[in-house]
Amino acid sequence: MNSNQLQHQVLYMRRSLFDQGYLDSEQLIQLEDLQDDANPNFVEEVVSLFYSDSARLIQNIEQTLSNRPVDFSRLDDILHQFKGSCSSIGAKKVKDACSQFREYCNAGNAEGCSSSFQLIKQEYETLRRRLESYFQMVKQAKAA
Amino acid sequence: MNLNNDKGSMSTASSSVTVSDQFPAGLRVLVVDDDPTCLRILEKMLGTCLYEVTKCNRAEIALDMLRTNKNGYDIVISDVHMPDMDGFKLLEQVGLEMDLPVIMMSADDSKQVVMKGVTHGACDYLIKPVRIEALKNIWQHVVRKRKNEWKDLEQSGSVEEGDRQPKPSEEADYSSSANEGNWRTSKRRKDEEEEMEERDDTSTLKKPRVVWSVELHQQFVSAVNQLGIDKAVPKKILELMNVPGLTRENVASHLQKYRLYLRRLSGVSPHQGNSFISSHSQEPPYGSLSSLSGLDFQTLAATGQIPAQSLATLQAAGLARSAAKPGLPMPLVDQRNIFSFDNQKLRFGEGQPQHMSSGKQMNLLHGIPTTMDSKQLVNLHHSAQSLGSLNMQASAHGNPSGQSSPLLMQMAQPQSRGQILTETSGGQVPRLPTSVGHPILSNGAAGAMLARNGIGENSRGTGYNSVSQTSSVLNFPLNHSAELPGNSFPLGSTPGISAGMSTLTTKGGFQEEINSDIKGSGGFMPSYDIFNDLQQHKPHNWELQNVGFAFDASQHSNSLQASVDVTPSVLVNQGYSSSPRNVQNSNVSAMGKPIFSVGEGSEHGNALNVGQHLNSLLVDNSTRVKSERVTDTSCQPTLLPQHFGQEDLMSAILKQQDGLGPAENDFEFDGYSLDNIPV
Repeated sequence: MNSNQLQHQVLYMRRSLFDQGYLDSEQLIQLEDLQDDANPNFVEEVVSLFYSDSARLIQNIEQTLSNRPVDFSRLDDILHQFKGSCSSIGAKKVKDACSQFREYCNAGNAEGCSSSFQLIKQEYETLRRRLESYFQMVKQAKAA
Repeated sequence: MNLNNDKGSMSTASSSVTVSDQFPAGLRVLVVDDDPTCLRILEKMLGTCLYEVTKCNRAEIALDMLRTNKNGYDIVISDVHMPDMDGFKLLEQVGLEMDLPVIMMSADDSKQVVMKGVTHGACDYLIKPVRIEALKNIWQHVVRKRKNEWKDLEQSGSVEEGDRQPKPSEEADYSSSANEGNWRTSKRRKDEEEEMEERDDTSTLKKPRVVWSVELHQQFVSAVNQLGIDKAVPKKILELMNVPGLTRENVASHLQKYRLYLRRLSGVSPHQGNSFISSHSQEPPYGSLSSLSGLDFQTLAATGQIPAQSLATLQAAGLARSAAKPGLPMPLVDQRNIFSFDNQKLRFGEGQPQHMSSGKQMNLLHGIPTTMDSKQLVNLHHSAQSLGSLNMQASAHGNPSGQSSPLLMQMAQPQSRGQILTETSGGQVPRLPTSVGHPILSNGAAGAMLARNGIGENSRGTGYNSVSQTSSVLNFPLNHSAELPGNSFPLGSTPGISAGMSTLTTKGGFQEEINSDIKGSGGFMPSYDIFNDLQQHKPHNWELQNVGFAFDASQHSNSLQASVDVTPSVLVNQGYSSSPRNVQNSNVSAMGKPIFSVGEGSEHGNALNVGQHLNSLLVDNSTRVKSERVTDTSCQPTLLPQHFGQEDLMSAILKQQDGLGPAENDFEFDGYSLDNIPV
């Protein structure tokens, strides 16, 4: 693809990330605004931080969920952190899944928690895939 | 990203004063958050605002940094939810020890949590994800706090006549219900303040500056205790103290503040406390913390009240529970004598013990008024740390009549918290008195913070001892604070907690020297004065929170009042309904001349309002500022930290005068456009 096409592709991917609710446009734009010459890859840097933090949180949830009895308050704690993390990059769907999890958590519903946890992981993976291809495309378009 | 720093525009503000045009650039911000993503983003955003950012992902580390570099930061931004320490606890500690403005932030925007921030004295509460616009104006909190402190200093400093008036009624207040007493006192205070201001305008009294050092204050307190708080008159105190060069006036004004402080400690509104408590008694702040906080709180409360001696006694009595560091807390407390200025701002009156002690109680709660009810004790938890050992003592709750041991015990128990609350609320308002432990009264914020502190302290080492003292005061759980509107001024924590307003009042009281310099300049002092005062009098944290005190009186019915010394911006930002505003208003009015009353209508971070307000206040002071500045700088050894020097503030203030909104001019942030797409 030539430069133009790449750029269009980028725009398209971006648009769909927003439209499909994966990412909050405002937040992404905020992050992009922070990017400058001194920190040209700021957005990606932040997103990587998000990935590593999320991985850790997901693992914690996994562990806590497998303990008996289920420590709901600890779960709520972790989810709160995860939510905060999500909102930092505007990961909407993941965040919503977290909210759903928290509701089950507050109700002491371990089953519900498990199933919403699956949803969280799913959404997280999807977002990660989408973002990775997006950033890749951005790089390509830039290089072109 | 476009961030045009219109430095040039700022520098034109005051032609007569050469101030740095940098303000608010260079504002030294310490941001604490365990979420690395958020932390990185904040760091970048704050950097974009041209602030000097230090990031930290652990509260403990943040506290260390703050402690080792006491004047190294201007403002702290902290997350509420952190694994190693609750954000509110950190808030309390910072307020107590460093008296810096603290902004809380969280993804949680539930009213409860935001309220907690308010009551703990956060000067603002940001909801995540945080927008850069919200950060652009955080400098206002720094300015506001310092201004308020300055103003407070000035007002309470000048006070010959002020001393006389309240005296008789003060005596009376000691025995009356706290609410009324507080109300009257605050009302009187307001009148006094107004009078003082008028007098200031016309008189040019120049009093020699007296620095109330720790030793001096200790001497003062022991003199007062010797005489008996009710009979302590400046003349006799002066004689007892036998300090050459100290005048009766110095003592008088110091006494006045001290009284107010005590009153504040004891002032509690049973009614409000009740309703508030009942509504909040079930709510666990954060799962794991609730029980701890309850426990800590209580223990702290208990401990707070215990002056050095009693701590030792308590420990001996074996009440001290885990006594994490048995030996440590004691000595620290003893040395510091509760009123340790170096530490946090404990407002313990060591002298009080004698006054208050009654046989039994003495063991546990020296200095606690015999009649003190549980509530009072709860309020009084002061020096938290040493309280580690004291915590146990708190175990016995219950005798409103002030038997410290039962009360303390109860305090130690989390569940009892609710009980205590009810009891206290039901009981009479604590008596004035004993300066011991009163600091806690300061209110919910203090309480909650204390609770938190307690948690930390127990597990922590010695390092926290001193801190704990103050923190204990602060650990007053939210419930409690709500409960004691009258006591909303956390002693030590006030400065940090109550958005600077309360500190102002107290600090003002002590800065006699400043007052003398300021005399004649009317209401507003140059910012550098504020700073100077701040720097010099940091240790005197126990200063009475006049403002808070004033609030208390008028706010009985308003549970929000309790610990709210929050500036308008906090309330406003959270979209609160009128009630907080009213609170704010009344607070302001009670204060007399609040500088930032305008704030209520403002949006979050709206510097204009502040600026305008400043404008009106500053109008006739600019010239005075200059001249006084000259004289003052020479006497102010500890000037403002370089980045945020007096000049900066001055310039900010003066710029306001010129109608410039620094915040507005500085950051021309482009916001969002597709142009920014990185392609």
